Amino acid sequence: MTRKQIILGAYFPGVNHDTVWSDPASGSHIDFASFAHWARTAERGKLDLLFLAEGLRLRDRGGAIFDQDVVGRPDTFTVLASLAAITSHIGLAGTINSTYNEPYELARKFATLDLLSGGRAAWNVVTSSDADTGENFRRGGFLGHHQRYSRARETLELVRRLWDSWGSDAVVADKDAARFLRDGDVGDFAFSGEQFDVSGRFTTPRSPQGHPVILQAGESPSGRDFAAAHSDAIFSRYQKFDEAKAFYDDVKSRVAKAGRNPDEVKILPSAAVVLGDTLDEARDRHAEIHHRQVDPQTAIVLAEMVWNRDLSRVDPDGPVPDLDPTPDAPKWIRGRAPLTQDAHATAAAWRELGREKNLSLREVVKHVFDRAVFVGTPESVADEIDRYVRDGATDGFIVGSHVSPSGLDEFVDRVVPRLVDRGVFRSEYAGATLRDNLGLAPPARFGEPRRHDSSVAS
Amino acid sequence: MSTSDHLRLAVALSDAGWHPAAWREADARPGELFTARYWADLAAIAERGLLDLITIEDGFGLQSTDHLAESDRRTDQVRGRLDAHLVAALLAPLTSRIGLVPTVTTTHTEPFHVANALATLDHDSLGRAGWRVQVSARADEARHLGRRALPGVRREHLDTPETARVVQELFDEAADAVEVARRLWDSWEDDAEIRDDATNRFVDRDKLHYIDFSGDHFDVRGPAITPRPPQGHPLVTVLAHREVPYRLAARSADVVFVTPQDVDDVASVIGDVRAAEAAVGREGEPLRILGDLVVLLDHTQAAAQERLARLDARDPLRSDAAILATTPSDLADLLVAWHEAGLDGFRLRPGVLPDDLNAIADALVPELQRRGAFRTAYDDTTLRERFGLSRPASRYATAGSTA
Repeated sequence: MTRKQIILGAYFPGVNHDTVWSDPASGSHIDFASFAHWARTAERGKLDLLFLAEGLRLRDRGGAIFDQDVVGRPDTFTVLASLAAITSHIGLAGTINSTYNEPYELARKFATLDLLSGGRAAWNVVTSSDADTGENFRRGGFLGHHQRYSRARETLELVRRLWDSWGSDAVVADKDAARFLRDGDVGDFAFSGEQFDVSGRFTTPRSPQGHPVILQAGESPSGRDFAAAHSDAIFSRYQKFDEAKAFYDDVKSRVAKAGRNPDEVKILPSAAVVLGDTLDEARDRHAEIHHRQVDPQTAIVLAEMVWNRDLSRVDPDGPVPDLDPTPDAPKWIRGRAPLTQDAHATAAAWRELGREKNLSLREVVKHVFDRAVFVGTPESVADEIDRYVRDGATDGFIVGSHVSPSGLDEFVDRVVPRLVDRGVFRSEYAGATLRDNLGLAPPARFGEPRRHDSSVAS
Repeated sequence: MSTSDHLRLAVALSDAGWHPAAWREADARPGELFTARYWADLAAIAERGLLDLITIEDGFGLQSTDHLAESDRRTDQVRGRLDAHLVAALLAPLTSRIGLVPTVTTTHTEPFHVANALATLDHDSLGRAGWRVQVSARADEARHLGRRALPGVRREHLDTPETARVVQELFDEAADAVEVARRLWDSWEDDAEIRDDATNRFVDRDKLHYIDFSGDHFDVRGPAITPRPPQGHPLVTVLAHREVPYRLAARSADVVFVTPQDVDDVASVIGDVRAAEAAVGREGEPLRILGDLVVLLDHTQAAAQERLARLDARDPLRSDAAILATTPSDLADLLVAWHEAGLDGFRLRPGVLPDDLNAIADALVPELQRRGAFRTAYDDTTLRERFGLSRPASRYATAGSTA
């Protein structure tokens, strides 16, 4: 019997404390050559997709730009379109905010990316409640939590309507009959909701996937329901086996409750991988990398994200501080996703962990922020990845490392072949589109039977 | 003739060509207009012809027989478009020398996204990015976004005070958008990334700057998320036919595309551009002025005229730019004469793709080279340098050093 196939993606190591820019192997985070190397490596490994994160303002701390982590990133759409030119099979997933983009423009850009890439576009839909990011945009302020989700829901609905506004057969291009479009209603749409009241004709033909693949991250119960109802795949941060399995079971049951087949939504946690020739070597390497990821200053900054106050006088090698968090004060660190919903509870848990295991603040932070799920030999890491998928904790992983652009090389060269040998990962791309490769059916739409949609253009 | 006397040669890519019947020609590929291969092939031809840059048309509404009008529901002409910026991004790694200049509207976009996107195009192309700044006055395009209502501008009302006010506002907003982009491109000094192990700092935060722009339509705080692009500023271009857009070009652009109708008109158009520069108090480099021409080329004058007549019989071509149906040799003579009359170069709009683009690359360019009017190889430069423009220093670096 054919074993269930693992989905593998790769995220570009960018703006986060996991990226060790001081590593001698660390290259540019901006130059296209870095993205090209990373993408070619991933495609050499026959991975499913590439994944770019987002940040629409530079982070600051106490009113000054935070200068210790990697700062700056290129525009996501632009990089993905350039990567479309030099790759031919791999999916191109971009994190794009629904709060600071208009649906019409989003629909055009993703349809264009899908057309130019021959059906490889994916959109990781995120929202923002960050008033500071709003300072860079016309909207100016920010949307409250409720409005933010209402805008996200309407954005997705409207974008899908725009993608559906051109039939698969809308472009006739019949020179002899002087007929370019099938009819004069191609692209017509109208939408009226709480957030948008728009109408007209969409400019861009239906793309090879019909609807580019939709990814979401769901954390809160309402976020999980939203993702279960609307997404093709869910990007998760639950990595340890038990928590991954709990998340997987919870979300798949929400997918079923939303009236969908649980297989229609893939769960993909992020996972950093550290390899060694022996288990000990891998552990040593991981310890060294993690030591550099959470240096004393970073430990303080990560604690400040929980406490929401200046902790620069706290000794990172001393105990977790007894100071009270001040979650209601003006934000001390801006431009990063919040770490916790309940600062007091998190601070208490950190203190408890420190007391219980006799750990310093820095050691507690290292414990909490260890994203290297897979530390071992290529053989043992392949075993673990296989086990997670076989035992129903995940459908696959989005893997990353602490250096760009070469951090993926080892994984592709040493782990992927072992997964192929086990028969749980492809040795050649089977499908033409990302949807095909992920095992997702083409989107159904009103008036058209569900079927494999051949591009009008490719 | 020295290199600096060479005329600049750009080509404007749009759909199946600028003639509305172009898509029905034998070599046209109307079924491929929305594929990567089509655009890659066109860019390869343009690069084979050593052209300075290509522009790519765009709009937030479907094409119409009157570009100011709403969608006309015709089915016998090309309708439908890809996002021009993403087409340019696709072409960046597929080409190595040619400038890539997408059309991006300022009316319905976020200046912060546009500035980062163009900076990234410049990074991806190693210094070959430009921007054709465009405004959108169409009411249907405004309804697509639903963020603002525009009354729409009718050709027959262009000179009424109400229309003039709307147009002025759109162009003022465009000037603000370019100003924001330029400030964002300057918001990272060139050497802001320091990777200083000793102090554990990736960037020198004193070399990152808030731009704190505040205007009638948007405020932008900055800094950019994308570090300063290789050219400092990508090449900013504007197509202009009248005083208001001439002033936008004079305030905001590096290159202006103009539409003189004949050689006698060239001097007067250049005079208008220079007057606009004086009126806005332009400092630094004068605008580089390229004349726009729609071209249909054939082996003989008669054949070219016949070709245009045959296409026009199917669907007449109307244009804001002069239409020339002629031979590559005669066109070369004309370009040299107009160049001598003061134009820095030309943006040719091929009537039919790929036919007229092939003729430009393989016949017109050799004719120009024979006349000593065009390069015989690419020089190893950025797009700005090719137009004789220096790399701007970050305005904030200057401010910092004098503080």
